[in-house]
Amino acid sequence: MRLGMAIDITKCVGCGDCVVACQTENNVPIGYSRDWIMEFVEGDFPNLNLHFETQRCNHCEDTPCVRTCPTGASHVIEGGIVKVTHNECIGCGACIEACPYDARYFHPDGYVDKCTFCDHRLEDGLDPACVSVCPTECMHFGDLDDPGSEVSKLLKERENYSIIPEAGTKPQIFYLK
Amino acid sequence: MEQLLATDRHIHGLYPHVDIWGFPISAYLFLGGLAAGILVFAAIYYLLGREKEMPFTVKIAPIFAFPIIMLGLFLLIFDLHHKLFVWQLFLAARPESPMSWGAWTLVIVSVFSLLWPLSFVDSIDDYLIKRGWSKMTKVTEAIIKFEHKWIIPHFIIMSFRKYRKFFAVVLLIYSIILGIYTGILLSAFNAHPLWNNPILGPLFLTSGVSTGSAFVMWLSDNHKERLLMSAIDMSLIAIELFFIVHMFMGMEAGAEVYKQAAHMFLGGEFTAVFWGVFVGLGLILPFTLEALELRGFHIPTALPALLILAGGLLFRILMVSAGQMSEYAMFP
Repeated sequence: MRLGMAIDITKCVGCGDCVVACQTENNVPIGYSRDWIMEFVEGDFPNLNLHFETQRCNHCEDTPCVRTCPTGASHVIEGGIVKVTHNECIGCGACIEACPYDARYFHPDGYVDKCTFCDHRLEDGLDPACVSVCPTECMHFGDLDDPGSEVSKLLKERENYSIIPEAGTKPQIFYLK
Repeated sequence: MEQLLATDRHIHGLYPHVDIWGFPISAYLFLGGLAAGILVFAAIYYLLGREKEMPFTVKIAPIFAFPIIMLGLFLLIFDLHHKLFVWQLFLAARPESPMSWGAWTLVIVSVFSLLWPLSFVDSIDDYLIKRGWSKMTKVTEAIIKFEHKWIIPHFIIMSFRKYRKFFAVVLLIYSIILGIYTGILLSAFNAHPLWNNPILGPLFLTSGVSTGSAFVMWLSDNHKERLLMSAIDMSLIAIELFFIVHMFMGMEAGAEVYKQAAHMFLGGEFTAVFWGVFVGLGLILPFTLEALELRGFHIPTALPALLILAGGLLFRILMVSAGQMSEYAMFP
């Protein structure tokens, strides 16, 4: 099993509901966020094109953050989810430096925190909080290894890209054009 | 395409660029390299059997290595954000993580950097009295007194003398690992193109050993030793310059992000301070002063030595801060 996302950038309106849902669901401290929205503008005036990307940890297949962790606090669980064990984290910052996406940050309590794909919700058969609240239903979550899953079908049908693939981390979040 | 903004993403230390590692890390990398340099010379000259000719290098300089490592370790722990969990470092040995390598290497080097001067405690004491460093004499005298009072410590310190050769071999190997590791620590980060080049390990080792030779040169009272260290330091500076040019050449020949990283030092904001202050005042000027000294001009040894030490620290500060600014662009 390889969990991942397919996000339709033609539907995303950049409302930020995913960001707020994550902060609420995961009790993210005020001023911090595990996911965020990037706004991009293309073209020359008056032919401008704006699009949004909701970004988070890409739960990479080749994880530089796990590789550089000196204690093993950063680890990969079933489904390819990258997690941090708070009690093993010494707060050295190596994983933050290692991530090309800047998806990790220091929690005010000192340990490193990041997106978990809401693994506590997945256990109950629910989608991650960000996916479940999206008002335009632009986010799709599922098993990339299963050819019958919704994400696999969407990625097969539609043109897509991932962010900074040249960093060689094999990101598992894809954006549908 | 232009990125407008990142909603709700103004986390301290992450935007506009990662700024997680500051002065304590740069200073730690400098101190680690310096201690490695001091110990490398002590071990090499002991193994070459030149202990009598080079008393300061072999016996006296290494007494500074342990405090230097401890200061570095203090800075390192001070910089951790989850300090109380630091012991977790020693519950895991992760060969993939340079920081884990470094933690274990530091343990080995610090233990042996303490055992090494203990095995020479009598001659160190004689030297310190002769040199008039009376505060340090108190420490050595307390150790000698303790050693003579109790049979077991006496037996242990006597046995250290027998194992000096073993200590020297361990110190030589692990100081080289320590020196290289200070560079590998940075070069293991793919996300920062400036750091992500294989020259950084040898470059940091050379720079560290160069600061070590500068340290010995600065404090030694033996004229021959100072001249020899000066000559060694000149060749190390030459190697360092070669590595620096090689590093930028490699980056210029690389992908776009590597070119951008190199351009921070070749026309970008770090150009003046890197080439003017570090290369100019921290490498070329001391090189020239050392060359003049070897030709018989009278130059206070402290001047080139302190320039090299300050240059070594500046080099690490520049690499750590510029590296964190060099990133992959967030564009599809």
